[in-house]
Amino acid sequence: MLTAENITAGYRHPVITDISLTVHPGQTVGVAGPSGSGKSTLARVLALLHKPFSGTVRIDGTPVTRYRHRAPRALRTRIGVLFQQPRLSVDPRMTLRQAIAEPLRATRSPDRVDELADLVMLTADLLGRRAHEVSDGQLQRACLARALTLRPAFLICDEMTTMLDASTTAALVGVIRDYQHATGAGVLAISHDTALLDRWADHTLLLPGRRRTDSRTDPPHTSTVE
Amino acid sequence: MVTELVLDRVRVRFTLPGATVAAVDDVSLSLRPGECLALVGESGCGKTVLANALLGFLPGNAETAGTATLRGDGPELDLLTATDRELATTVRGRRIGLVPQSPASHLTPVRTARAQIEEAIRVHRSPHTADAVAARAGLSPEDIDRYPHQLSGGMAQRVANALALVGDPWLLVADEPTTGLDRHLVDSLIEEFRRMVTAGHAVLLITHDLAAAQRVADRVAVMYAGRVIEIGPARKVLETPLHPYSKGLGNALPDRAFTPIPGQPPLLTDLPAGCSFAPRCDRVAPICAERPALTDDEHAVACHRPC
Repeated sequence: MLTAENITAGYRHPVITDISLTVHPGQTVGVAGPSGSGKSTLARVLALLHKPFSGTVRIDGTPVTRYRHRAPRALRTRIGVLFQQPRLSVDPRMTLRQAIAEPLRATRSPDRVDELADLVMLTADLLGRRAHEVSDGQLQRACLARALTLRPAFLICDEMTTMLDASTTAALVGVIRDYQHATGAGVLAISHDTALLDRWADHTLLLPGRRRTDSRTDPPHTSTVE
Repeated sequence: MVTELVLDRVRVRFTLPGATVAAVDDVSLSLRPGECLALVGESGCGKTVLANALLGFLPGNAETAGTATLRGDGPELDLLTATDRELATTVRGRRIGLVPQSPASHLTPVRTARAQIEEAIRVHRSPHTADAVAARAGLSPEDIDRYPHQLSGGMAQRVANALALVGDPWLLVADEPTTGLDRHLVDSLIEEFRRMVTAGHAVLLITHDLAAAQRVADRVAVMYAGRVIEIGPARKVLETPLHPYSKGLGNALPDRAFTPIPGQPPLLTDLPAGCSFAPRCDRVAPICAERPALTDDEHAVACHRPC
């Protein structure tokens, strides 16, 4: 179980205030909200990439006390992360094969790149290419394979499908669902696309929008519901 | 003289060491003022390359064939053979405006929106004032006194639209303008585009967002592996598609069947000789080994066995 209790986090000023949520094994929790509502900040906190001002993240009951590179590896590797822009998430010098194998190399685990590539439907020819030689969709497939490399118990998808066309979106959500069925992993799916979350998530948490300069196009403020 | 853009068998190839990438192959279409044409398809199908070809933004290893003729509002010009100087001084911003992807990062962060609009007015020797240009894009004079970081995504988009409109181009090319915007920003952007079309502009909208295409476009062209495989009125193409690929794209939407098209797009370096969709198609027949031609109808399709 991945839980966030009363998380307040941000950069100089808080972006999210007093947010709590729970992702049970096998469950898919959606997070929606307008731009600037703190969806990505919440994702970074739960991925142990950003230390909150207050509140506690627990992974299967163990409270997280250290974040980023100080987070203990045993906790860090329980969580896989997928970001919006696959181009910014892959070292351009690496082939897709090397990129997928990176977590294996870091943890000195046996090679299972071919098995993972199969899962996300990447061909051997594509595995030999570098990021600039493949499309966004193909690169995001590689990022998904990399996120699943160490068999995480939780997968955090931060706007994973924004750069993708409808068919690739449906294919990657299908891969994630199969992985959940096989392993009982919990998924946190962050997206501004409510049509997608209606279809993908078991239930969706709506983050309230902040007041911005563009008051005319702002949606009405919504309350946090679980 | 009519104002129009006519693409006739446009082809773009890139030469790489040991391979040729056929990014755009035999694309013919036309666009007139007061019309929005959406170009949809999976990433890597050649949509962006086609847009870049029209603006002369192709890299040095690109070879083009065919013609892209721009008529009206100036001398007739083939965009594919025009020199960079001709494009820079007479076409870009003046006859064709570009609405960039992610407008917020396209603006200079250290200058106000007004300063950037005024610079464009100076460069284009435009007779308009910054306030008038801003008003056309739905911005008030106070709005454009802000710096880019003080603008929301929707306002930054309007500033980008205003910049594209400074030189009074009749044609706007928008490359994936809705990517990363949330639903209400997409809605307001679509409204902006509709407004510009009503005001007599033409919009070439390049997108993978079928829902957005359906709401803004008059006509939709579906691209697959560098070719236009279906083109016609937006409603017909998206609701009663003829090509199995267009149908598959529709069925992949989360509010429809949410099922992916099996397989992946072919490599543009190694296209099959016949129909390039045949390896993924459930209606494939022996005749598909021959390349299907696009029919000559209002709702045209390039398929031997249309749905």
